[in-house]
Amino acid sequence: MRPSTRGSQLSSFSARFPRRGRLPLAAFLLLAVAFHPATTCGQVTADRLLNAAKEPQNWLTYSGDYTGRRYSALDQIQTANAAKLVPQWAYQTMAEGKFETTPLVVDGVLYATGQDDRAFALDARTGRPIWQYQRALPADIRPCCGRVNRGVAILGDKVFLGTLDSHLIALDSKTGNVVWDVTAVDYSKGYSFTLAPLAIKNLVLVGVSGGEYGIRGFIDAYDAATGERRWRFYTIPAPGEPGNSTWEADSWRIGGSPAWITGTYDPETNTTFWTTGNPAPSNRGEGRAGDNLYSNSLLALDPDTGKLKWYFQFTRHDEHDYDATQVPVMADIDSQKLILQANRNGYFYVLDRTDGRLLHADAYAKVSWSREKDSSGLPVTAQDGSPTLQGNPVCPGAAGATNWMSPTYDPQTKLFYVTAREQCDVFSTAPQPYEAGHAYYGSAYFPNDEAQPFYGALRALDPATGKVKWQWRHPSPTWSGVLSTAGGLVFTGDAEGNFIALDAATGKALWHFQCGASVYSSPMTYAVNGKQYIAVAAGSVLFAFALP
Amino acid sequence: MLFLARRTQAGFALTALAFGLAAAAPLRAQGRNPYAGDARIAKIGESQYRANCAFCHGLGARGGGRGPDLTRTPKKHGDTDAEIFNTINNGVPGTAMPPNGATQQGVGMTEEEVWQVITYIRSVERKPVPVRGNAAHGRELFFGSAACSTCHMFRGQGGRLGPDLTAAGSARSASYLVESLRDPSRRLAQGISEAMKEFSEEYQTVNVVTAEGTKLRGTLLNEDSFTIQFLDTREQLHSLDKAALKSLEVSRESLMPAYDEKMLPAEDLQDLLAFLANQGGAR
Repeated sequence: MRPSTRGSQLSSFSARFPRRGRLPLAAFLLLAVAFHPATTCGQVTADRLLNAAKEPQNWLTYSGDYTGRRYSALDQIQTANAAKLVPQWAYQTMAEGKFETTPLVVDGVLYATGQDDRAFALDARTGRPIWQYQRALPADIRPCCGRVNRGVAILGDKVFLGTLDSHLIALDSKTGNVVWDVTAVDYSKGYSFTLAPLAIKNLVLVGVSGGEYGIRGFIDAYDAATGERRWRFYTIPAPGEPGNSTWEADSWRIGGSPAWITGTYDPETNTTFWTTGNPAPSNRGEGRAGDNLYSNSLLALDPDTGKLKWYFQFTRHDEHDYDATQVPVMADIDSQKLILQANRNGYFYVLDRTDGRLLHADAYAKVSWSREKDSSGLPVTAQDGSPTLQGNPVCPGAAGATNWMSPTYDPQTKLFYVTAREQCDVFSTAPQPYEAGHAYYGSAYFPNDEAQPFYGALRALDPATGKVKWQWRHPSPTWSGVLSTAGGLVFTGDAEGNFIALDAATGKALWHFQCGASVYSSPMTYAVNGKQYIAVAAGSVLFAFALP
Repeated sequence: MLFLARRTQAGFALTALAFGLAAAAPLRAQGRNPYAGDARIAKIGESQYRANCAFCHGLGARGGGRGPDLTRTPKKHGDTDAEIFNTINNGVPGTAMPPNGATQQGVGMTEEEVWQVITYIRSVERKPVPVRGNAAHGRELFFGSAACSTCHMFRGQGGRLGPDLTAAGSARSASYLVESLRDPSRRLAQGISEAMKEFSEEYQTVNVVTAEGTKLRGTLLNEDSFTIQFLDTREQLHSLDKAALKSLEVSRESLMPAYDEKMLPAEDLQDLLAFLANQGGAR
């Protein structure tokens, strides 16, 4: 499909006109609203979100559309011309730390987030800022693993930002002004938001981070108009609820199970899919005997009520930090309605998304924590894999065979592409008492000096067989996600700073650009005035590439 | 959730390191350790140590691949409680020691937890044992018959193919140095300037045949999927496109010969250690 040329004028006006020229501009906007179809007025209706794939010039949700497949129908950039890609603009957050954002683009305006809870809107054609926001964070937040944020959601005239101090904030999409600001939970107990929220109907859904602190994880839904909380689903059942008996004594109160990656949504069955992370303490099972539901699980929720329809637990009673927080990708293959997930634990799971039934699970990276499967095909934990005082080498290592970076499913090749990390670690116990707001890992781990392999790879997996069709090998494990496009391309980055375009069918590298810093983000694509762009964050820079 | 930023870019500037300075700023060394000598706190500190420090300094604080042996005293970057607090909290610029909380690997430590770790480290310290041996003879060997200086720099003198050994005596345990001499390929020397990578540059051996048929051999400086940077045995720098090479092999077999008993008798080895240990007689 060719990119549409509709809806690109407003952003150029906004960027070109000085602030004092806003009154006439506002008048013009009113006229534009009155005389143009809805898609040109910047209002992102719930309907547009449902049909996001039909306007590929835009990127309306974290993963592009509700399926989570991070695939675009844009095909101007294709295998035949990808070698000619050149940078179009760069935007610098001027901040340090990992820059994990995936931008949204709506009718020529790009919305993204940066480190320390920055948010900004740019003219997607020129990279010129329209507005910039930064949260005034309390001095005593201690979020794990970097002061990161992965993006915003958009609905109506608002963009939604989850913050490191556990607020959900609605910003006006034209000015960046705060429309409402609600506190979800007390950050001092170790809670934070790092994911991009997901808007469904009139609600904004967020899941909480904090698996290192002994939190009790949850997924929340807020009224997009008012910020009023409509429901909360605790990822750990309370006493009296099904599943609570999978926790020893009171361990459920501090059992972690955060939900720190954006979910997906199936309007056909009105089901939203969310994934959860490790039970706490992350690498020590002592004191929390049992399966520890719903840690490391896929949850099928009713988005209107937050009611659990079904669940599937990938790793039971986890002791290796094998979060299931990878985007649960929906794919329809040969009339089968599937969820595809290459899990942090090294297995590629193919599930029936109507009922959560496991179809098959196959290792896509080196795995030693499990050596057999049960009668349902589920990999089961080997008894000798627990962390010990002197250390026990286990694969994958603590960072996982993959992590939060997005995979992609390409309906043209019918392949699933995932960033694989080949790496093992020595897991050693480090008992810690629970103390609110303090680290609660219960273990330490080290790179295994003797252990090989140690490298990264982009792997193309066939959901039909679970087999690796091809791989592109990286010198070291990377933290970049993957994008696929109708141009027959997949895009990914590496730890050495390269952003790379590959032939989706063969894995041949067609183009690369040295960004100057490791890529810690998942790329996306959009079009303005008929020109396709590819955007990716690396270092503190957001880059946009296009054909000359 | 621990999504670790351990191996970042195989480059030279780690911008993320500086990020932690801001995060760590509220914590300051405040004189003395409030828990000094408290065995119960030392035990708690051991858990903190294992979770936050053992990654580089090893279990038991006896030194790891990258981090020095912390049971030794006095500490190179200051030995008072306040100085050690400062080292942990602010890191040591130019080395692999990052500021507290700056690795983006975990949560980082509170002031209280830093003191707990210091209490633990104090509890495992051992009295300094002077390295016996003839340091003056060690120097002769280094720059003379043992030919170490062909490839290693010491205080600005020597070769460039191997790691600079000026600080090796204070940063590495004697057993690490002995192993590096006797069996250099067993564990390639790890660089000390890249805190964020789980395996730093390791002086792998590079063998290249260029498009013109020129054969080059040397030690690896850096590489990515498309290019390679290395120093050849004549200390010439090369930065080449991989696609243009006839062949390329990066091997974990060290270019350094194994110094066995014949090449370096035990007594000479000891003299060499003595030379390295007191940094060539500086202290």
